[in-house]
Amino acid sequence: MRRWLASRPGAAVFGFATTAAAIAAVEILIRVGAINRFIVPLPSQILAAIPRVVVEENLLHRFWQTMLEIVWASLLLAFFGVGVGALLHRFRILRAACETWVAALAAAPIVLMYPLFLVIFGRSATTIVMIGFAAGLAPVILKTVEGLAATRQVLIDVGRSFRLSPAQQFLRILLPAALPSVFVGLKLGLIFAMINIVGVEFLINFGGLGQLINELAERYDLPATYGAILFVILASVVFFEAAERLERWLRRAD
Amino acid sequence: MAATRGLSEAAPRRVALVRVAIVATLLVAWEALARSGLLFRDVVPPLASIGRALARLVAGGDFYANLGATAAEIGIAMVIGGLAGLAAGILLGANRFLSRAYESLVYYLGPTPKIIFFPVMIMWFGVGSGSKIAMGAVSCFFPIAISAASGMRQIDRVLIRVGRSFRAAPLQMVTKIYLPAMRTAVVNGVRLGLGVAIIGTLLAETKLSNRGLGYLIIQAYSTFDMPRMYALLIVLFVLAIGVNAAIGRLTTPEAR
Repeated sequence: MRRWLASRPGAAVFGFATTAAAIAAVEILIRVGAINRFIVPLPSQILAAIPRVVVEENLLHRFWQTMLEIVWASLLLAFFGVGVGALLHRFRILRAACETWVAALAAAPIVLMYPLFLVIFGRSATTIVMIGFAAGLAPVILKTVEGLAATRQVLIDVGRSFRLSPAQQFLRILLPAALPSVFVGLKLGLIFAMINIVGVEFLINFGGLGQLINELAERYDLPATYGAILFVILASVVFFEAAERLERWLRRAD
Repeated sequence: MAATRGLSEAAPRRVALVRVAIVATLLVAWEALARSGLLFRDVVPPLASIGRALARLVAGGDFYANLGATAAEIGIAMVIGGLAGLAAGILLGANRFLSRAYESLVYYLGPTPKIIFFPVMIMWFGVGSGSKIAMGAVSCFFPIAISAASGMRQIDRVLIRVGRSFRAAPLQMVTKIYLPAMRTAVVNGVRLGLGVAIIGTLLAETKLSNRGLGYLIIQAYSTFDMPRMYALLIVLFVLAIGVNAAIGRLTTPEAR
């Protein structure tokens, strides 16, 4: 038994079992009245509320809405992030001037500009997509520049000896060499975009999954609120894992 | 190679010149857009009115009261979430069994949008500062725990054996061996953690509160006082980037 627990799957099962036991303990504590059930609903009620949320609140449609926003934001990220990165690489003086600014921007709480975006784009999906895009932009630019700058000189010289035009040099030599780093940047940008998109949906009460949580909380439908939060956690875990795997797969295929 | 050569060729003066040119272009474009009337009035306010709003903001007393409220919330959140994250990180990093059992939980909960917990935090800790502190603490717990765990695993085994051979108590091991040895990882974790704690706390303030910087921002939005909102965002960005850079200094060798 001890040896099995020390193994990797054994420890994972132990972690899962103790988490489940903790949830069961909460259920008991609520049932005996030690925890107020108007603050924390019964875990069994939360579980039971999930099918209701799926059917009555159109969960899958909302999930789809949020995914669409993420897809738009990631397209913008890929286009402008890699584009600006290439520009900064091409014009070294620009890179010397701007790279620290972009790095500083990565540390700025960009999502707090959402009231500004509301004024510019209105309470719409555009606002949400633009916030996601703005929040994920800095890592994509930085990683693109990093990848392009790390291209081996030999490869660049090979391109030169074939007399490639600047566009060919970029598309056939620089970009392929930089792809692994670009993918790391895109993965980071995508995760930032996802977090901020769901967050802004919640804050401005518009769009998909974030709005669902806001609505359920305002209706004071506690089990459904907790259930929806669980679903969003699950969805973002799947999203995160998918992004990680996609990045790893693309890097290997490269 | 080519890039570094290019950078050294670009004399600092030229870089400074390009920076000034970029800023000047942006400012002129902004002012032109503000005066063109292409956008709704005040969406892009003239620079002078943003400047005036900034001066009024920094001169007024209520700004500092709200800044103080937000700073206190973030500070308490960092103490609670940071210490909890550090403790969790040290435990997960030191014990392989605990790490296998629970680390994936921390790892996967890390990149979820924390603000969705806000309704729950309101129910648990009320509509006042409590729920904002909780948001900040929950936000900063994860990056700090993850960095501390990975920092813990990178500690030179020799250092740990030295501590053991001196029969250091567990607390002494933490303060004399672990923390100094994983300083860089912890400082980076705190830096990331502070960034998300600022975001968590202020977003919560914009959603539901009656004081703090987030409240001022959303109030400026609802009264459509755009110059004031720009001024608030400028101050906030300068503060956030400045604090981040200041903490970043702690990891550089010359600060030792």
